[in-house]
Amino acid sequence: MVAAGVDVFSDALRAQGVGVTDVEWRPPTIGSADDLTQLALDPRRAAANRVAVERVLASRSTLTDVRPATEVLGLTGRTLLHSGPPLTWETASGPMRGALIGACLFEGWADTPEAAEALLASGGVELDSCHHHRAVGPMAGVTSPSMWMWCLTDPTDGREAYSNLNEGLGKVLRMGAYGPEVIERLHWMTTVMGPVLQAAVRSRTEPLDVTGILAQMLQMGDEAHNRNRAGSLMTLRELSPSIVAVDAPKSDIAEVLRFIGGNEHFFLNLGMPSAKLAMDAVGSVPGSTMVTTLARNGTEFGIRTAGTGDRWFTAPANTPVGLFLGDYGPEDANPDIGDSAIMETYGIGGFCMAAAPAIVRFVGGTVPDALATTERMYQITLAESPAMQVPILGFRGAPTGIDVLKVARTGWLPQINTGMAGRVAGTGQVGAGLVQPPAACFEQAVAALAEESRAALV
Amino acid sequence: MHVSLRSGVYADSVKLMQVSKAVGARDGVTAVLVAMATPLNLELAAGMGLAPDEDAKPDQLLVALRAVDDAELAAAVTAVEVALTAREERGSADAIPPRTVGFALAEEAETPLAVVSVPGPYAVAEAMDAVAAGRSVLVFSDGVPVEHEVALKAAAHEAGVLVMGPDCGTAIVGGVALGFANVVRPGPVGLVAASGTGAQQVSCLLDMAGVGVSHVLGTGGRDLSAAVGGRATLDALAMLDADDATERVLLVSKPPAPEVAQEVGRTAAGLATPFSSAALSPDSPDLTAAVEALLQDMGADVPTWPSRPGADREVPEGAVLKGFYSGGTLADEAMLVAAPVLGDVRSNTPLKPELDLGADFGAAGHVVVDFGDDALTVGRAHPMIDPTLRLEAIAGLAASGEPAVLLLDVVLGYGADPDPAGALVPAIRDLPFPVVVGLVGTEGDPQGWSRQADALAAAGAHVFASNSAATRFAVDLIGA
Repeated sequence: MVAAGVDVFSDALRAQGVGVTDVEWRPPTIGSADDLTQLALDPRRAAANRVAVERVLASRSTLTDVRPATEVLGLTGRTLLHSGPPLTWETASGPMRGALIGACLFEGWADTPEAAEALLASGGVELDSCHHHRAVGPMAGVTSPSMWMWCLTDPTDGREAYSNLNEGLGKVLRMGAYGPEVIERLHWMTTVMGPVLQAAVRSRTEPLDVTGILAQMLQMGDEAHNRNRAGSLMTLRELSPSIVAVDAPKSDIAEVLRFIGGNEHFFLNLGMPSAKLAMDAVGSVPGSTMVTTLARNGTEFGIRTAGTGDRWFTAPANTPVGLFLGDYGPEDANPDIGDSAIMETYGIGGFCMAAAPAIVRFVGGTVPDALATTERMYQITLAESPAMQVPILGFRGAPTGIDVLKVARTGWLPQINTGMAGRVAGTGQVGAGLVQPPAACFEQAVAALAEESRAALV
Repeated sequence: MHVSLRSGVYADSVKLMQVSKAVGARDGVTAVLVAMATPLNLELAAGMGLAPDEDAKPDQLLVALRAVDDAELAAAVTAVEVALTAREERGSADAIPPRTVGFALAEEAETPLAVVSVPGPYAVAEAMDAVAAGRSVLVFSDGVPVEHEVALKAAAHEAGVLVMGPDCGTAIVGGVALGFANVVRPGPVGLVAASGTGAQQVSCLLDMAGVGVSHVLGTGGRDLSAAVGGRATLDALAMLDADDATERVLLVSKPPAPEVAQEVGRTAAGLATPFSSAALSPDSPDLTAAVEALLQDMGADVPTWPSRPGADREVPEGAVLKGFYSGGTLADEAMLVAAPVLGDVRSNTPLKPELDLGADFGAAGHVVVDFGDDALTVGRAHPMIDPTLRLEAIAGLAASGEPAVLLLDVVLGYGADPDPAGALVPAIRDLPFPVVVGLVGTEGDPQGWSRQADALAAAGAHVFASNSAATRFAVDLIGA
């Protein structure tokens, strides 16, 4: 039997020789009892969640093109996309401001960082969330019209999702750096790497199966968020024959290959739109309590659910805990930033910590901690992915489809693996670590879902 | 300062950041970078003034340290070696305990039943997990809003499972006692019970008669109200009807709401299994009589119900009945049996609203108090576990000097006090007036009916296995 509550019941059952599994029940700290009960009793919930998570699991992702953001997203004029829920220049954190400044310099909208700052402060640049454009971007996620983007397609229904190209580690725009070397690299990526990758991708007879690479990575020690080594190498292996066949100067080809080979996070910007494709497949499903978005803009953490559609539930972002590069320390870290938590939304990243025990050491954790983290995530998710498997757990499927109701009832927040940007604009990366969403996002989501439920069931 | 490059050593960057952190935490160390000599890391080292002199290759390990003195520096270099070669805990996690009934059931495909006793406001979410998983559930918790009970039971009916409760304290399913239940022999009688102590009295008497029960399916005290409409009772009747081990079905309850009584009557009439009812009311005040009628109907012998004579204490002049109860249904039965002889009996759970006692348990005259009433169990354990309130009331009665006959119930079985007589004996041993006990239990119970009866009788109590017999005895003492 299964017993939840006072011990006297399970003790009496054991005294009769009955096997008892005790539920380690805790009074929920997220959501009111009334709202949780409303959701638990909603007769639409089970079927709606099944529909939602099956759409995630049915999604597939292939790399079909590489194109500039102007073409892909129709970005015109002075528009910049950023990670996380919508924000303004006034509320933007250091690294977000740094990335926005850098993008203005890169686009030639300003000649100096000061001029860029003035332009942004005057409202001369329109800002919007990547997520509102079928796109995702790691860290600051700043995407400007001239940047080239990966175009991923779901072959089952033709939907697309996008991400910019990964710049590598250290002083990079996505971490808030905007020095000359950052802008120079972005120009090279736009003039050399983008066109080479476009030609290479278009020349393939079969589009690259990105879902397939994700599945393989998990078997090779990556969790596809903070560790993308195997994925990046497999991508390089897959694309190399096409890249070297591109009609471009040998020196450019060599530089592109060296760039990809030297960036162990190169794959992240393919994994993210892949997960985005899967989560976008869900759309709006009334009655579903499944999370469709976890995203941060460096100031706020935002979540969205299938049952509440496009509405964001936001709260001040936590600051990650982890290890620091060189002399940097905790005081240098900016609050949580980036759309890359789409990996956890999809059930990998921190949710597959067990597949990548190397990651848990970011917080001084051990291999058993990594296993325990994934075990906990099974208790807040709706399904196990048949495609994404964790070898050390007997090839158990990744815990997929975060359930707001289960998060509230267990008190276990989603585990996210993440990079850390310096809190001062222009710094770049200072470390990497682990973080969780603020509970307040889930409190709001529970209240809104319960309100929708009451209205729908009248 | 120590800066060295080592070839043939590789460690993951995370491992190396960990080593840097560990060595950097040493008191004498002022700067540290242990990392593969990639361009990025060399840049970091240069920024710290710790760049290597020679040309570095990315597959070399850079160890760069600065310390307050040579001794600290040497110690730090050693610490780097130790940290690099340290072995970590190997992989195998302790199982993570389930936090919800839903997850526990998902892991236990064979488990037929869940028991929920978390605080009432959260109980429905846990119970609904069981229903959604196609399992029956006993909900001990009270304080569940009635509309949630209705929704939960409607979902259970759809799923073909049973919700016992909320506020269901007693069930026996397939021989397993859940909550407050007794060790009774297996037998042909299936009980559907909206009343916990009522079901305990009936099942114990059936055991003493050598008949036994197949199942006791609780429904929760509110099931037969108009709002809930007997949803669990109707489902439980159907389940017992379909059960091979059940040859008789007996419904134990307080009187249902009239429209619910009709519906239950219709369903009962349609059962293939013979049905009878022990619904307590002024017209049928006696659970023991209902059991006796059933036994006769089954062609079984009606035994002489066990009892123990108590001390021959004088009945004081003008004695009144003081019934201090832990079981709600047993208290009702006592009032229903006593009132026709003694007249009005006041109570906190009165038969008629005008007899409401409020909180004045020391009031003069005929009084029956149900210490198990929800209003008295907020923030404390049920009196079947915690006798404090009742013991205080007995002491109060003794101190008041009011002439009385004291009537008590003592309920044995799983979940109850391991030695209720032990707690009562000091309180009743020296009372100047008669004490009568309805002792509900079986010989098989952990406390043992005879052991408890002997202890109570030795303290002067007259002990009866039948609560109605105990009540009649007390009433007769007063009448005499």
